Amino acid sequence: MAKMTLEELRKLRETKKTEMARHNGETMRIIVGTGTCGIAAGAMETLDAFRDELESHGLEKNTAITQTSCMGLCFSEPTVEVAVPGMPNTIYGNVDGRAAHRIVKEHLIDKAVVADHVFEKPAADIIDGEDGAPRKQKRIVLRNCGVINPELIDEYIARDGYAALEKVVFEMSADDVIDELTKSGLRGRGGAGFPAGLKWGFTKDVDSDEKYIVCNADEGDPGAYMDRSTAEGDPHSVLEAMAIAGRTVGASQGYIYIRAEYPLAIDRLNNAIAQAHGHGLLGDNILGSDFGFDIELRLGAGAFVCGEETALLASIEGKRGMPIPRPPFPAVKGLWGKPTVINNVETWANIPMIIHKGSAWFSGIGTETTKGTKVFALTGKINNSGLIEVPMGTTLREIIYDIGGGIKDGKKFKAAQTGGPSGGVITEEFLDTPIDYESLQGIGSMMGSGGMIVMDEDDCMIDVTKFYLEFSVDESCGKCAPCRIGGRTCYNILDKISKGQGSLEDLEQLKVLAQAMRKASLCGLGQTAPNPIMSSMKYFEDEYLAHINDKKCPAGKCKDLLSYTIIEDQCVGCTACARVCPVHCISGEVKEAHVINQSQCIKCGQCFDKCKFDAILKG
Amino acid sequence: MSMIECEINGIPVSVPKGTTILDAAKGVGVTIPKLCYHNDLDAWAACGICVVKVEGSPKMLRACATAVAPDMKVITHDPEVVEVRRTVLELILSTHPNDCLQCGRSGNCELQDLASDFGIRDIPFEKRAPSIPRDRSTPSIVLNPEKCVKCGRCVLVCQEMQNVHALEFIDRGDATRLAPAADVTLEESPCIKCGQCSAHCPVGAIYEKDDTKAVWNAIKEEGKHVVVQIAPAVRVAVGEAFGMEPGALVTGKIYTALRRLGFDAIFDTNWAADLTILEEGSEFVKRFGGEGELPLITSCCPSWTDYMEKFAPDFIENFSSAKSPQEMLGVMSKTYYAEKAGIDPAKITMISVMPCTSKKYEITRSDEMFASGYQDIDHSVTTRELAHMIKQAGIDFSSLPDSECDSILGQYTGAGTIFGVTGGVMEAALRSAYYLITKEDLEQVEFEAVRGMEGVKSAEIDVKGTKVRIAVAHQMGNVQAVIDQIREARNKGEELPYHFIEVMACRGGCIGGGGQPHGATDEIRAQRTRGIYTDDEKSVLRCSHHNPEIARVYEEYLGDPLSHKAHDLLHTTYTKRPLYKK
Amino acid sequence: MTASTGKEKILTPEIEAFIEKWRGKPGNLIMVLHRVQEEFGYIPRDAMFEVAAALDIPVAKIYGVITFYHFFKLSKPGKNQIAVCMGTACYLKGGQELIDECERILGVGLNTVTEDGEFSVEAVRCIGCCGLAPVLTVNGEVFGDVGTRQIAKIINQFEGK
Repeated sequence: MAKMTLEELRKLRETKKTEMARHNGETMRIIVGTGTCGIAAGAMETLDAFRDELESHGLEKNTAITQTSCMGLCFSEPTVEVAVPGMPNTIYGNVDGRAAHRIVKEHLIDKAVVADHVFEKPAADIIDGEDGAPRKQKRIVLRNCGVINPELIDEYIARDGYAALEKVVFEMSADDVIDELTKSGLRGRGGAGFPAGLKWGFTKDVDSDEKYIVCNADEGDPGAYMDRSTAEGDPHSVLEAMAIAGRTVGASQGYIYIRAEYPLAIDRLNNAIAQAHGHGLLGDNILGSDFGFDIELRLGAGAFVCGEETALLASIEGKRGMPIPRPPFPAVKGLWGKPTVINNVETWANIPMIIHKGSAWFSGIGTETTKGTKVFALTGKINNSGLIEVPMGTTLREIIYDIGGGIKDGKKFKAAQTGGPSGGVITEEFLDTPIDYESLQGIGSMMGSGGMIVMDEDDCMIDVTKFYLEFSVDESCGKCAPCRIGGRTCYNILDKISKGQGSLEDLEQLKVLAQAMRKASLCGLGQTAPNPIMSSMKYFEDEYLAHINDKKCPAGKCKDLLSYTIIEDQCVGCTACARVCPVHCISGEVKEAHVINQSQCIKCGQCFDKCKFDAILKG
Repeated sequence: MSMIECEINGIPVSVPKGTTILDAAKGVGVTIPKLCYHNDLDAWAACGICVVKVEGSPKMLRACATAVAPDMKVITHDPEVVEVRRTVLELILSTHPNDCLQCGRSGNCELQDLASDFGIRDIPFEKRAPSIPRDRSTPSIVLNPEKCVKCGRCVLVCQEMQNVHALEFIDRGDATRLAPAADVTLEESPCIKCGQCSAHCPVGAIYEKDDTKAVWNAIKEEGKHVVVQIAPAVRVAVGEAFGMEPGALVTGKIYTALRRLGFDAIFDTNWAADLTILEEGSEFVKRFGGEGELPLITSCCPSWTDYMEKFAPDFIENFSSAKSPQEMLGVMSKTYYAEKAGIDPAKITMISVMPCTSKKYEITRSDEMFASGYQDIDHSVTTRELAHMIKQAGIDFSSLPDSECDSILGQYTGAGTIFGVTGGVMEAALRSAYYLITKEDLEQVEFEAVRGMEGVKSAEIDVKGTKVRIAVAHQMGNVQAVIDQIREARNKGEELPYHFIEVMACRGGCIGGGGQPHGATDEIRAQRTRGIYTDDEKSVLRCSHHNPEIARVYEEYLGDPLSHKAHDLLHTTYTKRPLYKK
Repeated sequence: MTASTGKEKILTPEIEAFIEKWRGKPGNLIMVLHRVQEEFGYIPRDAMFEVAAALDIPVAKIYGVITFYHFFKLSKPGKNQIAVCMGTACYLKGGQELIDECERILGVGLNTVTEDGEFSVEAVRCIGCCGLAPVLTVNGEVFGDVGTRQIAKIINQFEGK
């Protein structure tokens, strides 16, 4: 397709809209979710199965098979949406080859829903439905994910894509855009929630021959993947937003810094950039205007610290990702010393909609201090793990129970961790806190990038805290002493405690260390690394004391404080435990009580899981 | 210049825009402790010792790296700040060996000073000081990674100041090391042995290879005639080790001290500097007259020659073949002096005292360093090592009487002494080259254009109508620009930008050498430089060709400059070397 | 500029073409290293020296970068690379047990290669499949909801391939 003018773009949008609307009413469609999760769960095989099935039934001509990205229903991947004229659109979960066979036969041919594969809707619906019921979720960032084929720019355009860029290039002044952004109340979704309008304003106001726009797609929080999903599912929303920023602050080059571990997102972004070029939406003279803007990808290489702005910029410059002090902030002095706007994927993805629908629409969503929505990667011990997007102000209870379907296996909720290694735990008593930046900070956690890990009674807080500290220690760049040495020292203390070798003095030391790390670390990684410690010590002090004073791990997680013994009276000698033991330390004759050799036991717990007679005691 | 008004501990401060909190505080009598920061380098902001509170900032900011802003309110000391600093210091100490008593930096260690100021009596945290082997692969420098506090200075010096990139940050997190890259020893790396890393290290993690024991052994060895030479820059710096003002000119005291240490003859490298000028000056005149490559580039600095052999071997032909003064004195002591004094050169042990770690490397650099038939210099020690020896000998240096140098390798001119500063070799060469070209002496011997701390100085000198274009570069990182300029002209076939170039690897020249007393700043370098120029000014003779002892050596021994014998003894060659030996 | 003069070049013409394409772009080093690792599975020492010469970047800088980023490897990994996700969700659901089991079966520790060069095991940060936790990948192929008892089967599947 040749480069388009403004009129041509508008015409294309209308044509596509009509075309898609007609599609919806007239043809049968099978839409397979082929995001990373979906593919991992076998979506490509499912896709092939549908192709084969359609062909064998001679339906391949009048049925469209398309791919879309993650619908956010990770727990039931592969997911498939089926649209048959005259029937309600249906989402199927866990669709393997056999299910595909049945869907084609029963749904497409016999016009009957395959009831046992219909995606079991959570208490509140996820996808915009037709029945008008109130939704817990609201999709702004994920508006196109699972809806459009991310590899086709025209589908994005049909969903009002690039309409905001049009407006910015042809109708709005730079001040208008910044004003609109400021009024919308949008705050950076990556870290502390700095107002986006203010940030852009700083960069716009600096006199410089060159400025840069950077998208942080180096999602490092272990247990968060919304940026990956957005980049996979709606790459153009990021490109459009970056071009808007370029026009506004006076930059002509953008970089997307993305994890090399996200090959699909990289492909989709590269494909999107090429298509946008083809359409004249990137490159010189965008839509025939005097504005030119280009975007390139730069790959990360496995360093969480590169989520920190200055480290990220160092990495784009091809250097070790070691942070430098701020101020000066990148908005004033950033990439190659030039003013640079950096936002993360989620922040960017909000922007086209804010410009398109107006700041009043956006600021109408959310709480007093925090507008809009937040995408969370809801994972851990939860029934419906997946990607969700909720208006700010939604409570944790709504997220976990209404959307997430509650705790797995009927276990008891213990805590949810937001903010990953930089955040803290939220306990039962705060489940009704409406979520925004300030409220989460107030209870010792933080918004973070959006990982939300749910923990149940089997999770030990010392163990989890140790996990986060190990992460921070491993990911510390090693430049500043408080983080490099302080982090390791904290970890070692936690390790001691988890082995029953801790003392009350250690708790005092942790507090002193936390204070020094928070105040004197060079960057956010070190400053926030002690948060999981302080938070868990505050809310789960008794658990620390149990490890220290009683040498017990109440959750039964810390292996050094744990032993498995066979209750003689209950053992029937079925030998199941002995057979499953990986180190062969369980002995006994058939039909006689077995014994675990404690000196060889590696406490893997496999015998405990295997025993059908509750004859193994864990404690 | 626009001024910033702010407040430090409630004291109103007005400083030029861009001033850091650290410097602004200094201006009002507030000392903020620091560890990683060094005046020569951009703030690396690693250690976290210099943190201060700034109103409105939830975290503490680093005073070394934060510029003051209008109306900023800074608190540099309150119980909370001090507590945080103390914890950070205790953390650093928890990974540092407790063997101050065996450390070369004891009494002169920035970490030890901090521990003392903070009154650290024990470390509350688990001690983790891993045992890591030292790298003793070069003849010049020892790396002791156990003591490294990861302040980053050595890497920044090696990369930013010197453009050598032998050292780098390796790995990350608490496995971070500051070491030669690519799993090689320092000797196998591009290291040029300048020792600036050791001069900037705040602790005992990088230090000169200690050769004092060998020197003591030589002195006490029966039947040995132990001769010693001191380099120009030593005389304006060694006093610092004894509490004297930087730049104090203590030549006479050094001679006395050396005698008391037991050396049999005391010579002066400045004598050989005059000799170098005669050789190198003649070489220049010859090349300028059309015989040989131009520009001529000085080669007195072994770090520079090492750099050139590795990084710019296309300039080998441009190097002056004249040996450095150290080596000239070495060979002359075992030939000319031995002959004159009737001593078997096999019995002579030649010791040099240099401001330089690289000189330890130079003494065995090539076969030509054995021109006398023996190793011309047996051992080279730094200014710092000399100070240690004087202290070990119980000599009260500052109260020593002056004495004179021994003949016949001792008398020197002002031209010889200025070899110790950037621009000095050039200036000395010009003083004599002018004479060699015009057969007339200069009325005004000072060349202001080659003096001062600017990284690259260039000038056009009028030699009775003939224009000689010269350039002077110091601090290795500054030389690349000059090299590139010449390469470009060469590639384009244009006229060369310079005829004569002087290069010294260290900032300020040898007075800022890697073997000089610790703590050099530009201020101290300026004081040392003044000391050198004072020595020049008070010299009766200011030009090398006026040195009667030099005239005598040509008359009685060498013949003319560039003679066959001079070539055999006083000249050397260069060869291309790989950056990495592995 | 390198010590590898006289030796045969290790960089393929394709990589050299890639370097050529990126030469003028600032900050190209990491992209080039990715390309080299894609080719060899790690960054061979000689390749590092050749990249240094081609991009005119000091070897030290390149070595510093390679050792900073965990994605880059300096030694050859196993023919089959097992990567166990140790993101939070996977950790909570038993990621560590998967690692222990892999180590037990293969008889090697993390980041080491089995004697026959067949396998290496590493722990990786979140691969973004938290919904399928615990997850591991073998040569990039994702296995979700893995239990310790499936490990042997998964390993067998790749043995000798």
